[in-house]
Amino acid sequence: MTFWKKVAAITWKDALTELRTKEVVFTVLVFAILVIVIFNFAFGTTSEAVALVGPGILWVTFAFSGVLSLNRAFIAEREAGCLEGLMAAPMSREAVYVGKMLGSFISMLVVEIVTLPVFAVFFNLDVFSLQLVVITLMATIGFVAVGTLFSALAVNTRAREMVLPILFLPIVVPVIISAVKASGLALTGGSWADVVQWLQIILAFDAIFLVVSFLVFGYVIEE
Amino acid sequence: MNRGYVLRIGLLLLTAILFAVALYMVFLYVPNIKDLRADRVFYFHVPVDWSAFLAYFVVFVSSIVYLRTRDTKWDMIATSAVEIGVVFNTLMLVTGSIWARPNWGTWWNWEPRLTTALVLWLVYVGYLLVRGYSSGREQAARLSAVIGIVGFVDVPIVFLSTKWWQLQHPGALVFETGGLDPTMLAALMVSLAAFTCLFFVLQIQRVSLKRAEAELQMLMDSTE
Repeated sequence: MTFWKKVAAITWKDALTELRTKEVVFTVLVFAILVIVIFNFAFGTTSEAVALVGPGILWVTFAFSGVLSLNRAFIAEREAGCLEGLMAAPMSREAVYVGKMLGSFISMLVVEIVTLPVFAVFFNLDVFSLQLVVITLMATIGFVAVGTLFSALAVNTRAREMVLPILFLPIVVPVIISAVKASGLALTGGSWADVVQWLQIILAFDAIFLVVSFLVFGYVIEE
Repeated sequence: MNRGYVLRIGLLLLTAILFAVALYMVFLYVPNIKDLRADRVFYFHVPVDWSAFLAYFVVFVSSIVYLRTRDTKWDMIATSAVEIGVVFNTLMLVTGSIWARPNWGTWWNWEPRLTTALVLWLVYVGYLLVRGYSSGREQAARLSAVIGIVGFVDVPIVFLSTKWWQLQHPGALVFETGGLDPTMLAALMVSLAAFTCLFFVLQIQRVSLKRAEAELQMLMDSTE
C-alpha cells in the first residue's frame, strides 16, 4: 500500500467508527451550542456587544470544542488497546499522524458546519461568506495539526485529558488571534486584502506545524 | 581539585564580580534621567529577558539532540534550562510590570512582546507539568523534548500575530534610534554579561545536581 492509501485507511476507520457511534460529533456539537449560550448570557445580545465579541465567541467555541474532540481522538484508541494495534500495523508513524489528523479535521468540520448557522441565528449575523469559510478551513487545519500531536502526547501521560488544553491552547494563540481578527473583518464586510493579511499568519502556522508535528509525531507514540 | 571544579568556581567568582560592577554602574554611574521613572529596572529587565530566551534556545537545541541521540545528558540539560528559563521568564514579567506601572500607567497591556512572554511562560510551565504527569524517566524525556521543540518554533509566529496590534514597548526606541546614552549602554552590557554568566552558573549547577540525583537513584535501585 502506498502512504496515502494507509492514511486513507486510518481516516476511514475513524470516520466509520464515528458514523456508527455518532459519539464525538454529537457530544461536541451540544457542547459548542452550550458555549454559545453561556457566552450569550455573559456578554449580552445588544447589536453593539455582538459586533464586538461575536468573532471572539465563535473562535472560543471552536477552540474549546476542538479540545474536546481532539482529546477523544486518542483516548478512544487507548480504550481497547487499539493504539498498540495501530502501532503494530505495517505503516509508518507519519501515516498514523496524517490519518488521525484528517479524521479529526473531518469531525471538527462537521461540528463547525452545524455550529456556524446556529451562531448566525442566535446572534443575527450573516456568516455565509466565502471569506469566513476560508478562514474556518485554514484555522481548523492549524488546530488539528498541533492538536493531533498533543492529543497523542496527552493520552500517554497520567493526567490524560487534562494535558491537552494546557499544551494546545498557548500554542494555537496565533491562530486564534488571526482567526478572530479575520472573522471580525469578514463579518463587517471587510475587503479580501485585509482578511488575507491575517490569513498569511494562519497559513504560516499551518505550514510550520504540519511539518514539525509530522517530524516529531513518531517520538510521541513510541513505546 | 579537578579542572571542572576550578572552572565552576571561576565562573561563580566572575558572576559575583560582574554583578557587583553592574550594581555599581546601574545605581551610581548612570546619570539620572528626569522623564523616565523606575528606569533602573530596565538594566535588570533586558538581561533577564535575554537569559530567558537563551535558556529556551538551549532547551530547543538540546531537545532535538536528545531525540536524535537518546543520551540522558541532553535531557538533563533541557529540563534544567526550562526550570531556569521559567524563573527568568517570571522575573521578566515582574520587572516589566514594575517598569510599566509608572511609565504606562498600567501593570500590563497586551503589547506583542508582553503577550509573547506570557505565552512562552504558559508553554514552558506546561512542559514542567507534563514532566510531572509522565510515567518513567524515558517517557518524560521524550514527551517534554517534543514540547521543547514545538514551543520554541511557536515563538516567532506568536510574536508576529500579536505585533499587528499597537506597538508600545520601548524596545524600538532604545535599540533602533540609538537613544541610549554611552554610560547607559555600558551599564546595560555589564548587566547583560552578569546575567548571562548567572544563567550558566545555574545551568551547570542544576545539571550536576540532576546527574547526582540520577546516580543516587541508580545506587538505591541496585541495593534493593
